[in-house]
Amino acid sequence: MSDGPARPAARRRLLVSGLLLGLGTAGAVDEIVFHQLLHWHHFYDRAGGAAGLVSDGLLHAGTFSAAVAGTALLADARRRGRFLPPLWWGALLTGAGAFQVWDGLVHHKLLRLHQVRYGVDLTGYDVGWVLPGVLLLVAGVVLLRRAGTAPVR
Amino acid sequence: MTVLLLAAGAAYVAATWRCRSPWPLTRTAAWLAGLTAAGVAVAGPLGAHAGGHPDLHAHMAGHLLLGMVAPLLLVLAAPVTLALRALPQSAARRLSRLLRAAPARWLTDPLVAVPLHAAGLWLLYGTGLHDAGPLVWLHLLASGYLATASVLAVDPTPHRRGVAVRAGALAAGAAAHDVLAKVLYAHPPAGTVGAEEGARLVYDGGTVVTLVTAALLWRRWYLGRDAVRAAAQPV
Repeated sequence: MSDGPARPAARRRLLVSGLLLGLGTAGAVDEIVFHQLLHWHHFYDRAGGAAGLVSDGLLHAGTFSAAVAGTALLADARRRGRFLPPLWWGALLTGAGAFQVWDGLVHHKLLRLHQVRYGVDLTGYDVGWVLPGVLLLVAGVVLLRRAGTAPVR
Repeated sequence: MTVLLLAAGAAYVAATWRCRSPWPLTRTAAWLAGLTAAGVAVAGPLGAHAGGHPDLHAHMAGHLLLGMVAPLLLVLAAPVTLALRALPQSAARRLSRLLRAAPARWLTDPLVAVPLHAAGLWLLYGTGLHDAGPLVWLHLLASGYLATASVLAVDPTPHRRGVAVRAGALAAGAAAHDVLAKVLYAHPPAGTVGAEEGARLVYDGGTVVTLVTAALLWRRWYLGRDAVRAAAQPV
């Protein structure tokens, strides 16, 4: 990696790449671990309304598209010789945390699209779902601040 | 429909013989594979019935092949590029003029073609028309082709949208597809069987095809002239 200050465009590309890959990774973990491996989540439990379905469809398509786009942007950023670990990791954690918090609060609770698990008391599971998301989000924002870039411009 | 597919295969192969420059074999293979996928879909699963009821599970397997896999393979075969190279020069010029005309410009825009494809799907499955036969199947193949072509832009297009717009259109189309699959799961069309399995199949299969399409789109961007040139610029 070459030295010297990165151009704003390269920084922005790295930031966007991290955010997109964070979203995509969290979405993939959710899909693979909780839907496919543990079968805790259901494809559709018929509890959520139309808004929930739309939000779920957008999130599903959005996360895997984000993962592909983030990978391509990362490859391009590295090809340009500008990789700034705190910036990229900060963005990645922010993206992943944002997904987790959104999924836990809006999908599970507000829209009641599906729950973390069925047939058990949910309080612990919900806290266990949202808290790591908040921690990821905070860690990501701290890293981004240290990298000298505000998360939102 | 089978006749149409055979004719399309024959025309493509004939064109590769007349092509003024060597034509990659992989593209010919993609074209023939795409037509085969469409042929398999219309030969069996699309109109399948189980116990006298339209079988949505089998139908969705056909839908995946005809509306998603076949269009992707056909787009990768770059038939317009082949036509431009194989036709006599006057005819090629007429074709390229036609492609620059307003209707073609509209239909090759991802912001038109993708919503059109998605709206068509909602209409077909919302009204039960999806079971209506060859004309509907032809529509599915054609609108799937236009949507995929507008996103991937393998063939020359008059107004090429940026990669972010094309990737966004692809994702939005996939979202509409996902929502439709879950709506069909929740509210199966009256009188059909296998809706739950069919919805899951088309949801998961659609995800895979969209992932492949997105990967191809970004790969083409990464290897494309503009991105390579921008990356090579000194800081």
